[in-house]
Amino acid sequence: MPSPPWLLSLLLVICFTLALRLQSWYAAWPGNTAASADLLTVALGDSRQLFANYFFAEADAYFHSGYYPSIFDQPQSPGRPHVAETTDGESTADEEREADFLGKPRDWIERFGRNFFPTAHTHLKPADTGEILPWLELSADLDPHRVETYTVAAYWLRTRLGRVNEAEQFLRQGLRANPDSCEILFELGRVYAENRHDPDHARNLWELALRRWDAQSAEGRKPDRIVFGAIVSHLADLEAHTGRYAQAIQCLERLKTVSPAPAAIQKQIDDLKQRLAAGVH
Amino acid sequence: MNSLWAIASLVIKELYRRKDFYVLFILTVLITGLFGSISIFNDERIVRYLKAICLLLIWMAALVIAIVTTARQIPAEREQRTIFPLLAKPVTRAHVVGGKFLGCWLAAGIALVVFYVFFALLSGTREHTWPIANYAQALWLHWLMLAMVIALTLAGSVLFTAPSSNATICFIVTVGILLVGRHLNTVTLQLREPASSLVSVVYYLIPHLEFFDVRDLVIHDWPPIPWSACALATLYALAYTACFLLAAWWRFRRQPLN
Repeated sequence: MPSPPWLLSLLLVICFTLALRLQSWYAAWPGNTAASADLLTVALGDSRQLFANYFFAEADAYFHSGYYPSIFDQPQSPGRPHVAETTDGESTADEEREADFLGKPRDWIERFGRNFFPTAHTHLKPADTGEILPWLELSADLDPHRVETYTVAAYWLRTRLGRVNEAEQFLRQGLRANPDSCEILFELGRVYAENRHDPDHARNLWELALRRWDAQSAEGRKPDRIVFGAIVSHLADLEAHTGRYAQAIQCLERLKTVSPAPAAIQKQIDDLKQRLAAGVH
Repeated sequence: MNSLWAIASLVIKELYRRKDFYVLFILTVLITGLFGSISIFNDERIVRYLKAICLLLIWMAALVIAIVTTARQIPAEREQRTIFPLLAKPVTRAHVVGGKFLGCWLAAGIALVVFYVFFALLSGTREHTWPIANYAQALWLHWLMLAMVIALTLAGSVLFTAPSSNATICFIVTVGILLVGRHLNTVTLQLREPASSLVSVVYYLIPHLEFFDVRDLVIHDWPPIPWSACALATLYALAYTACFLLAAWWRFRRQPLN
């Protein structure tokens, strides 16, 4: 039996060796909580994405003033959240049909119970749309890679609340987390085109968005074709308005490949070609 | 009536002697204040999220106060053997059950008033509107819901041996009803027999506590509920409360005390 000091020394050496070995492994481990300064990341881990989706849905529920399907009603009401659609305060007939998830009451309990929760489909008034923002901000904090959160929040901030600086700041925050996102670049371009009236800056951003979209498409990542259509159509409009008809025609040619109405796009192209030929600015 | 009131006043005194209410109220104020201090895109008008958080905390605190206070009433009397001198007086077991219920319900009501005054001040200072009718309805319906929960817990306290198990079961039942009670009839459509019939029976049998949860209407500034619906909800709550109290008394009167 070795003496206690020898045994203690041996144990200390084993501890030290293990610590050295484990420290380097732990530093490289993806689940290393010490690497993250964010409390939410440490506390929630990957479940943050789940909560982020929940809070995005909560923003949609607030957009409808609490009239929102629960998980039990969901199968009857699929589709994109209305908060992510650029609608005005009034809801359309299609939305009304889609949103009637309650249907007729099946018994007296259900009929009576409808006195105590919102049962009418409404959208927030433009001045009140800020009420959805806390949930969108929380959703973005929980999942910084959820691009739609940034674009939706920025849309409502700049169009309904007139908070252009905050919209741009939030989009740039999203861009830092998602540098490849053509959606965020496109929305940022809209801030410059529609709110700051700075066409040169907007053009640069949309061209960058288009390059990102092309790069993603070339990599086979199947980026959203609707976003592509929106980028080229806005870029074509901008080029046409600033008298750069040749560039506008190029954009419209690309738009024609994804547009559901290529004949109408062709008409615009022909019109621009005539202007180009006539030297009109 | 005097003996009922005497027992009830003891329960109310217990509420303000104990620290549960103060702790929960201070926590509610602190957490709401913390969320209120967050700047959301520099917009001071945003208030609904704050109302939602404050009301959620009020609901949680009220449930804790009501269930925990009620669950320990009769077991504590038996454990400390104070039930014997109490019943030696001209007090029947029905008086004990009734008095304990009344005391817990009034104590919960006092706590609710304090919570709702804080809520009204918070939303009023932010929104600059004072929808008193909505708040009064929300407070009244909330208090009625607590009447059912308190009566249920009182019935549980003569059924289960330990207050902790009674409180836990009552919490689970209450939260379960609040979360899924309204949807049980939808669930039955997706089930096969006999599960479908069983869930249907549960759906018609349980007290629908979710009727009394009007937080969404208050948060999103919907108009007040029709007063006739409020009156019917009151009758509904009183009927269930009476059922639970009757069950509690029926069980308690046949129970040996030692």
